Amino acid sequence: MEAAADQVDRTAYATWLMRMGDNTLILGHRLSEWCGHSPVLEEDIAMANTALDLIGQTQLWLGLAGEVEGAGRTADNLAYLRDASKFRNVLMVERPNGDFGQTLMRQFLFDAWHHAMLTELLTSTEERVREIAAKALKEVSYHLERSADLVIRLGDGSEESHARMQAALDDQWAYTGELSTPDEIDTATAAAGIAPDLAKVGTVWRQTVEEVLRAATLSVPDSTFAHQGGKSGRHTEHLGYILADMQFLQRAYPGAVW
Amino acid sequence: MKKEWPLWEVFIRGQHGLNHRHVGSLHAPDAEMAIKNARDVYTRRNEGVSIWVVESKHITASSPSERGPLFEPSNDKVYRHPTFFDIPDEVGHM
Repeated sequence: MEAAADQVDRTAYATWLMRMGDNTLILGHRLSEWCGHSPVLEEDIAMANTALDLIGQTQLWLGLAGEVEGAGRTADNLAYLRDASKFRNVLMVERPNGDFGQTLMRQFLFDAWHHAMLTELLTSTEERVREIAAKALKEVSYHLERSADLVIRLGDGSEESHARMQAALDDQWAYTGELSTPDEIDTATAAAGIAPDLAKVGTVWRQTVEEVLRAATLSVPDSTFAHQGGKSGRHTEHLGYILADMQFLQRAYPGAVW
Repeated sequence: MKKEWPLWEVFIRGQHGLNHRHVGSLHAPDAEMAIKNARDVYTRRNEGVSIWVVESKHITASSPSERGPLFEPSNDKVYRHPTFFDIPDEVGHM
């Protein structure tokens, strides 16, 4: 490993990588639940594509997390054999999908953060992180373009679509703060130059979100209250149900392969 | 107001130098979304370098019942088909 990785506590670095990978894994899994159920075929495929992109990125982040951790765990081990309290994703991505508008609003709010985060990671001191970020950013640029476009169309659409999107935004808002609130892991990885200053990512996120919501004629909620916990393993009950679904096969038939 | 989105025909250019080819159709509320949907529905396996979409209603088709008068007269004029030339392998796709 390079020098930057040696300047930071291994556990902090591995945990930070798991946060990246768990966000994409859990959101990818949530999105895949729409497969075959979306309102129209075109959206169904688009959402499944996004889910696949995110799960592909998960393999890279969790693969590297396993290497950095140095305990011999692979991306699959981390995805399929950890219990809920060991997951490090933000609460936002594990919440149930709700209706299609709620799913889209969450997607936009996450994409805007994801895009800002990956852009900053292009200048990470860790080469492996830069490589993953560069690959993921191409995919996420399209995710953001698509979700922002749909949020604008639906927000600035009919009376009903506007009302639904505003309700979705109000519902998600308190879960956005966790994305950009740094804790000691974020501070340590930022100090080593591996990860960016989360506050800076939050500022870029806020600009994107305000610009798109203005175009969508939606009002940004006033509250600054933010639910916290996912990043340190304190999850909602919903994560357990996702894992029951996702991990069943490996739990029931340990080591099963295609 | 119509509930159904209009139908669009999708044309994709597989690689530089080739023509756009019709690959299928899809529904979308407008041209911009039709391009996005085409990207997701038809190019997920790296099929294309360029996409065209056109609303299906703008395509004028020949009538199947006029097939005889339209096409048959050319069938017996073999000299119109350059089938008597050997094409060198280096030429590649024609």
